[in-house]
Amino acid sequence: MQRARARVTGAEQIGPYTLLRVARGGLEPGIPGQFFMLEAPGRPLPRPMSLCLTPPGELAFLIDPIGPGTRALCALQPGDQLAIFGPLGNGYRLDVERPLLVGGGIGVAPLPNLSDALGHPPAILGFRSDWHAEAAQLVPNAEVVVEPTFVTEALSPGHDVLACGPEPMLAAVAKLEPAAQLAWEAPMACGHGACYGCAVQIDGEIKRLCVEGPVLAAEAVAA
Amino acid sequence: MKILNASGCLDALTASAVARSLDAFVTKSVTPLPREGNAPPRIAEVEHGMLNSIGLANPGIDRFLAHTLPRLGELEVPIWVSVGGFAVAEYADLCDRLDDRPEVEAIELNVSCPNVDDVPASVGEIVAASRAATRKPLYTKLSPATADIAEVARAAQKAGTDGLSLVNTILGLALDEQTLKPRLSRGAGGLSGAALKPIALAAVYACYEATGLPIVGMGGITSGRDALELVAAGAASVALGTILFADRQRNRPRARRTGRDFQDCWARRCDVCPVNTLQIETFLPG
Repeated sequence: MQRARARVTGAEQIGPYTLLRVARGGLEPGIPGQFFMLEAPGRPLPRPMSLCLTPPGELAFLIDPIGPGTRALCALQPGDQLAIFGPLGNGYRLDVERPLLVGGGIGVAPLPNLSDALGHPPAILGFRSDWHAEAAQLVPNAEVVVEPTFVTEALSPGHDVLACGPEPMLAAVAKLEPAAQLAWEAPMACGHGACYGCAVQIDGEIKRLCVEGPVLAAEAVAA
Repeated sequence: MKILNASGCLDALTASAVARSLDAFVTKSVTPLPREGNAPPRIAEVEHGMLNSIGLANPGIDRFLAHTLPRLGELEVPIWVSVGGFAVAEYADLCDRLDDRPEVEAIELNVSCPNVDDVPASVGEIVAASRAATRKPLYTKLSPATADIAEVARAAQKAGTDGLSLVNTILGLALDEQTLKPRLSRGAGGLSGAALKPIALAAVYACYEATGLPIVGMGGITSGRDALELVAAGAASVALGTILFADRQRNRPRARRTGRDFQDCWARRCDVCPVNTLQIETFLPG
């Protein structure tokens, strides 16, 4: 875990999302599924973002401009600087035999990095529109479904599922695949366990996603 | 003058370098029993601050004393333990159990958490019972959400508090951009950050004038200048809260003497203030 001021090296539109690239400097990329706290220019709190891609000398984050902080991040231009802190939390376990990546919406964000680490296994990605589905180009070997079709309809048994997406999708995946690894999301303030703000209720227990997550075993959720 | 962290805004065990740069580390509030806190989501950023509805999530005093406090003691930074309860006897019991722990420099009585439903007994009763239970210095943390905070401060002083921590958060509400429903599952939550500064300044001044007690001023400090304003209003020390979340690489608080006079101190009504040569270095460059 390191802190750095990083220089923006690029910001590309992919559907409604922005792929924000920054110079890696001394920052380690960590394990796929881990996240970084990114300074959101002009906002009181940084934003937690999972690492999307690790181009040579860079770190890249896929950002959905849904609020003031993410909009400020998407407005960054090459040459701008921002504070970055990470990698944080627990990523995916990579000791899987038949990996299948499952993503929904902006939950596709950590999957390109995960796909690279696992040798480009098959993936199923769900989006609400064809425009959002442009993000599927970041994940090799992906089958894409668009609402009203859901990713769970395309799931076939016999895989080690590694998923990231909206809560209803993760809950549905957990029911079908109790051994799945799921990456969750919550608003965060500190990113390192101090504020207890990012807690989620899983299996009747409160867990801090920044410390115990963001990747958690599905068994805990499906109960 | 000392610089501390506001309770709940720093984990000294995972961010020990920041904790060591403080004059004292204040723990997250400890309660008699473990608490999971309120249902998520319980953090929402707002303009010029943030809301939280954590609800005193903590491991409880037994686990705190057995596991957390010994590790905090190894940091070699003075430890202030914040305690919270739901009855007078609970505060007294917590203070009693901390009394013989050498790691603890002072106890902060959190009598003002805005995120729990049970309203504790009167501040005076809590302070009096805690005073009887410990010889440690007691700082009482008050809410600004009261008609006359000076009156509450006087009651705490009469009951034996050694100082005041001012202020806790104040309830605010944030609505989702799309749904116009509350962003926190509890609805409202405690507002902290820059928006709280004028409220903190008013509370510090009113309580300093009413009691003359040592005050740890906190609420919306984002620069050395903000900290200096709290001192000018009567605080003896300051604590950093929400700013610690913003960018911890830059936020290494430091106090140093600059030789710059801080004259005609308005709150203390003196020509040359007792803190006249103390200036807080701005810890947010750029």
